[in-house]
Amino acid sequence: MTKKQKKMLVRIIIAFVLFAGLMICEHAGLFEGIENPFILFVIYLVPYLIIGYDIVYKAARNISHGQVFDENFLMMIATFGAFGVKEYSEAVAVMLFYQVGELFQGYAVGKSRQSIADMMDICPEYANIEVDGKLTQVDPDDVEVGSIIVIKPGERIPLDGVVVEGESFIDTAALTGESVPRKASVGKTVISGCVNGSGTLKVRTEKEFDDSTVARILELVENASSKKARVENFITKFAKYYTPVVTIGAVILAIIPPIILGGGFGEWIQRACIFLVISCPCALVISVPLGFFGGIGAASRIGVLVKGSNYLEAVAEMETIVFDKTGTLTKGEFKVQELRPAGITEQELLELSALAEGYSTHPIACSIREAYGKEIDISRVGQAEEIAGCGISVPVDGREILIGNAKLMQEKKVDFIPCEGAGTIVYTAREGKFVGAVVIADSVKEGAAEAIRDMKRVGVKKCIMLTGDRKEAAWAVARELGIDEVHAELLPGDKVSKVEELLKAQSDKEKLAFVGDGINDAPVLTRADIGIAMGSMGSDAAIEAADVVLMDDDVKKIASVVKISRKTLTIVKQNIVFALGVKAFVLVLGALGAANMWEAVFADVGVSVIAILNAMRALKINKQ
Amino acid sequence: MKKKFKLEDLDCANCAAKMEEAIKKIDGVNDANVSFLAQKMTIDAVDEKFDDIMKEVVAVCAKVEPDCKILL
Repeated sequence: MTKKQKKMLVRIIIAFVLFAGLMICEHAGLFEGIENPFILFVIYLVPYLIIGYDIVYKAARNISHGQVFDENFLMMIATFGAFGVKEYSEAVAVMLFYQVGELFQGYAVGKSRQSIADMMDICPEYANIEVDGKLTQVDPDDVEVGSIIVIKPGERIPLDGVVVEGESFIDTAALTGESVPRKASVGKTVISGCVNGSGTLKVRTEKEFDDSTVARILELVENASSKKARVENFITKFAKYYTPVVTIGAVILAIIPPIILGGGFGEWIQRACIFLVISCPCALVISVPLGFFGGIGAASRIGVLVKGSNYLEAVAEMETIVFDKTGTLTKGEFKVQELRPAGITEQELLELSALAEGYSTHPIACSIREAYGKEIDISRVGQAEEIAGCGISVPVDGREILIGNAKLMQEKKVDFIPCEGAGTIVYTAREGKFVGAVVIADSVKEGAAEAIRDMKRVGVKKCIMLTGDRKEAAWAVARELGIDEVHAELLPGDKVSKVEELLKAQSDKEKLAFVGDGINDAPVLTRADIGIAMGSMGSDAAIEAADVVLMDDDVKKIASVVKISRKTLTIVKQNIVFALGVKAFVLVLGALGAANMWEAVFADVGVSVIAILNAMRALKINKQ
Repeated sequence: MKKKFKLEDLDCANCAAKMEEAIKKIDGVNDANVSFLAQKMTIDAVDEKFDDIMKEVVAVCAKVEPDCKILL
């Protein structure tokens, strides 16, 4: 509890004791002899002022600032009204009850904010720098790129960098939700925000603090609440109209019926006061964003960053999910599986292919070079010319080499032997003559099939795979994983148009997600309703372009996020229905004269507290 | 220019919404966000007049919710 809250608690206790005493006196008949109602008024005014002086003061101050319809004003009017109709004890009780509710509400919100903050407590406080052989602690903000920092066992890694000395296991749970520690040794990259295990590490920093993983994640999470979900926008708009409407209702209720029906104003003013108490939309205004905040928090705890409430809402409505094959469903590690030379030896074919792909950074090229295993004499390779979507043409030892897919061979009219095999096939031709094919395959990620199954189970209707690979290879993977639809042999640019096509085909209510590894597919990530990227722990382009980032590249987490988002939305909807329902119910009862102040205060603060407690459940949604 | 400010004693969510609305109406403010949960305020405003705009923001907030302090 904060100081303010403690002070409030003391006031509540004093007022409660006084009030209880007065009630006992009243019931014992001690006040019956008092003829002058003014004396009773003064007696009850004492506990009223103790508990409510700040409300009256704030109401007066806010009116002078032109803020009429705030809670304080409404409570003041409502309780003054009770005094006006000589319901002194009710005036005090209502104010007391209101303050108890406010206190509890403030406490609950503070608590929930704290638990979310604790979860996001991944911010390193200092970095150790070695100066003249002595370790000094400095602010991570002040460490320059390229400095050597020392991370002792148990400390949080303050900046992204490369290990230059030492060996340790690193706990990445705060970032990825992954409980198995990762090994860090010389040459390996470490990510800020993780906790060092048992060994001391010396790390050369590669980024400034503001660009480091931890700073960027914190920024994303903090900004997440500014991207509002539709439900949230609805509530904000609703709240703007709700208060004035109910207040006008109160005025009408106080004036019209007594004029038409005759009789005293007192009874109707009391009913109008009930309206005023209920007119604050706080329960909704707090609990809806709090629910989303909790949901985003729950997702980040399993290593999934959701960049806004709107995306969390969209994930809950996700019906179609489109995967980029490589790096998402498959490991993205290509290995040469088979060599099929034609007229030359296997070793010659491999050497020739490796040389031809000598400059390429394509994963397939890398795997060929890796299989070759020897240093590539780049002086033997000439200027390569890329033939988009097909392969390359490059002179090796002065002889023209064509290397690429079947399309390239057809286009260049090379007489080749088509190769049937699961995987990517790289054909090579020398001076127009086919010399062989290399079969390269990528292996399916562990858990990918399970991930697809889980997604289907949580209600994703269609899983689609996009790939540049041949149909046979694509379908082989798709069958293994349980994918419904495959679009193969796509050029990089085709992915955007394919996704646009799919977007057009679906109705407005359905949402389409695209899952990619962030390399080359930033435009698709942006275009889809929900862009889900493999974070690869720090790939900038992916984190930038995506709406949802899987920090540890684990596709299985998608199903968990869908679950979290559904649960969050359910909680938010429960809160809206509950809060509005209770308010509407008490409003009706109030208008009919069947509700008293107590119920009205419950419909205000009581509902808020319950809605807040309910919203907090969003934070506690389990991993499974 | 975008800047973030911490808020102290922002006690009611509805007030945060009202503050946000009032700040957005200030001339030169492109966008504003008052987060009740993070107790933070983000203001995106024209560079040249930022200091003047901030003065206005403080005044507007004092009007809407006098208890809430902006930590500049």
